[in-house]
Amino acid sequence: MIDVVMPQMGESIVEGTLTKWLKKPGEHVERDEPLFEISTDKVDTEIPAPTSGVLQEVLVEEGKTVAISTVVGRINEAGGNGASAPAPAAAKAAPPPQPPAPAPAPPPRAAQPSAPAYQPPPAPQPPRATQPSAPPPPPATPQQPQAPYGEIESTNGPLSPLVRKMAREYGIDLRQVRGSGAGGRITKQDLEAYMSAQGARTMAQVTPAAPSTQVATMPAPPQPAPAPPPSQAMTPIYTSQQAAPSVPRAEAPRARVEPMSTMRAKIAEHMVLSKRVSAHVTTVHRVDMTRVAKMRTRYKEEFERRYGFGLTFLPFVVSAAVEAIHQFPIVNASIEGTNIIYHNDINIGIAVALENGLIVPVIRGADEKNIVGLQRAIVDLSTRARSRQLKPDEVQGGTFSITNFGSFGSVFATPIINQPQVAILGVGTVEKVPVVVDDAIAIRSMAYLALTFDHRLIDGALADQYTGKVKSILENWSEEVL
Amino acid sequence: MRTLELRDLGRVTYSDAFALQKDLVQKRKLGAIPDQLLIVEHPHVITLGRNGHLTNLLASEEVLRRAGIDFHPTDRGGDITYHGPGQVVGYPIFDLREWKRDVVAYVRTLEQVILDALAEFGIEAGRVPGCTGVWVDGKKVAAIGVHISRWVTSHGFALNHTTDLTYFQYIVPCGLTKPVTSMHELGCDARRDEVISALARNFSKHFQFDLVSRDRPVPELTETF
Repeated sequence: MIDVVMPQMGESIVEGTLTKWLKKPGEHVERDEPLFEISTDKVDTEIPAPTSGVLQEVLVEEGKTVAISTVVGRINEAGGNGASAPAPAAAKAAPPPQPPAPAPAPPPRAAQPSAPAYQPPPAPQPPRATQPSAPPPPPATPQQPQAPYGEIESTNGPLSPLVRKMAREYGIDLRQVRGSGAGGRITKQDLEAYMSAQGARTMAQVTPAAPSTQVATMPAPPQPAPAPPPSQAMTPIYTSQQAAPSVPRAEAPRARVEPMSTMRAKIAEHMVLSKRVSAHVTTVHRVDMTRVAKMRTRYKEEFERRYGFGLTFLPFVVSAAVEAIHQFPIVNASIEGTNIIYHNDINIGIAVALENGLIVPVIRGADEKNIVGLQRAIVDLSTRARSRQLKPDEVQGGTFSITNFGSFGSVFATPIINQPQVAILGVGTVEKVPVVVDDAIAIRSMAYLALTFDHRLIDGALADQYTGKVKSILENWSEEVL
Repeated sequence: MRTLELRDLGRVTYSDAFALQKDLVQKRKLGAIPDQLLIVEHPHVITLGRNGHLTNLLASEEVLRRAGIDFHPTDRGGDITYHGPGQVVGYPIFDLREWKRDVVAYVRTLEQVILDALAEFGIEAGRVPGCTGVWVDGKKVAAIGVHISRWVTSHGFALNHTTDLTYFQYIVPCGLTKPVTSMHELGCDARRDEVISALARNFSKHFQFDLVSRDRPVPELTETF
C-alpha cells in the first residue's frame, strides 16, 4: 500500500487545498496519471499518481486544506490484495474491486514514455461495458442479507431514493459498497463501480467458455507476488494470458498497441544496422568554450537584429569540426567493401530532434561557409525539419555528423554513427564550472565533446588527435564572426 | 541555453486558444518544443475557474448570449473572469522544472513581469496581499489564473489595455468585489505591440531566458516522412 501525500509545490508553501479527486476509490490508476488536483493561490495543479494500482482509500475530501506531506489517500499496488481492505463489514465477501487481468503492474520505467500522452479516461461506464446481456446477473457471491438502510445511513450519510432503488433491484448489500460522496455517502456511481467489479467477477466465474487458466485466477486471491521482479512482469502476457481479451474489463487496458510510424521503423532499422556494421568507440574531450562563449555573447544580439536568428554554439563546433577534417580526412571517409572512400566534399549532417523522431539534414559544402552561413543553414534546416519541409536530397549525402544533445541538457552521450559515415561528434551542454587554470581556480564555460568513431577504420590515437584538434580550435577561437 | 518562443496570435476564440494550449502543453511535456509565451486577444467571453462560483456570474447565460458574450468553464485556478477585445492575454506554456519548482514563486514572478512592464509606461502598480493579480490604487488592472500539470504551466494573465470595462458588470471579477481598471483608463496610450514587447522583455528577464524567438512554426505531430 502506497501513501499518496499532499506534495510541496514550492518553498514557501505549507499547505494545499485538495480541490478534486480525478479517480474514485476502487478505480485503477496508472503511475503518472493525474490522480487529484490541488489549488494554491490561483494555481490549479494536477498531481500524478506515484504508482500504479487501485485507489484504495481517500482520506482527504475535496475542498479540504491540509498541510504538505499529509497522507491524502492510499494506492494498493497489488491491485486488490485485500489484506488491509477498508471495507466495513463482511470482510470475507468484500472483494476490493480488482482488475480482472492478472498481469502484474508494468515495470515502472516502461510505462513512462507513453504516459505523457495519456489522457485520463473518462469516468467508466461500467454496467454496459461489463454486462453484455440486459439484466445484470445476480451477484455470484452468496446473497448477503441486505443491511437495514438505517445502519448504513448512520455511518455513511443519507441514501438517495435512486440508490435505494438500485440496491433493491440488483440485490446489492450496501455495506459492501464504498461511498465516495461527502462523508462516505454512497452515490449512484459508487453502485455502478461496485456492480461492474462484481460483474467482471461474475462473468469470469459463470462463463465456461473462458479458458480455465483465466477463470482459476479470478476468485482466488490475486496470483502475482506483491512485487514481481520487472523481468517477469511481461511474461504472463505471452503465456497463460492468451485469452485475456475475452474477459470483459472494467478498467483501462494496461498496455496500448500502436504500429510504428514509417519514420520510427526507419530509425529503428538504421540504429541497429549501424551498431551491427560499425565497431563503435566513443572518446570524450573536455573543451574550454569560454572564448567562443564570449564571441557568442558579443554578437548574439547583432545576429538577431541583422539576420533574425540568434547565435548558438553549434556553428562554432561545426566550423571547428570541418577545419579539423582538413587535417584528418579519414574522419570524413566511408567504407565500401575493403576500400576506403575519402570524400572531397565535407557535408555535415546535423541531428535534429523531432517530437517523435529524429532526422539528420545535411549542410552541404560546410567548409565553404562562415559562422553566419553555418548558423543560417542550421536554423533553416532545423526549422524546416520540424515543419516537415525538407527535400529528400537535403537529408542525403552527409559525410560526417554532429549531434547537439547539449541543447537538451546532456553533458555527454555516446552517439550512434550515421551510416555509411565513420564518425559522429556529440556536443554536450556548455556550462560555467570551476576549473584549474594556471594553478588557480577559475570559472570557465566548459563542454564535453564526444566523438564516436568506427574502430574498423579509425584508430584511437587518430580519433583523439582529431578531437584534440577540434578542441584546440574552439579553445583558441579569435576570429570575429561578423 | 533556455529559449522562449513568443507567439503573438492576435484574435483567437477562447476555445481555440484552450485547445492550442492543451496541444502545446503536451508537446512541451514531451520536450518537442521550448517554453512558449502565447499572446492572444479573445472575443467577449466569461470564463469560470475550476473552483469558481457561479454566484459570481451576475447575469444569466441568456443575458450573456444576447450581449454577445460567450461562457466557458475552464481548468485554471481562480474564480470567474472576463476576457475581451483590448485585453492582452498571456499564456505561458512553461516547464517550471527548468526554472523553480515553485508555483507561488511563479505567480509572484508573473505579477512582477506585469508590474515592470507597466512601470515602463509610467504606471505605478502593486500587489494586494491575498489577492493575486496586479493592482493600481485598489483597482485591478491584470488578473492571473494558472493551471499546472507535471510542472508545465498553462493559462496565465490578462492585462486590461484598452478593455471596455463595462463588460465586467456581468461578473464579480475573481469573486472579489473590487473595481477593475485598464491602462487606457489610467491615461496610458501605449500601442498594443508596445505593451506586448514590454511584457515579453520582462518575462524573458525575470524567467531568465537567453533567447526569445518569435512565431516559429509549431511542429506538427503528424507524419509526412
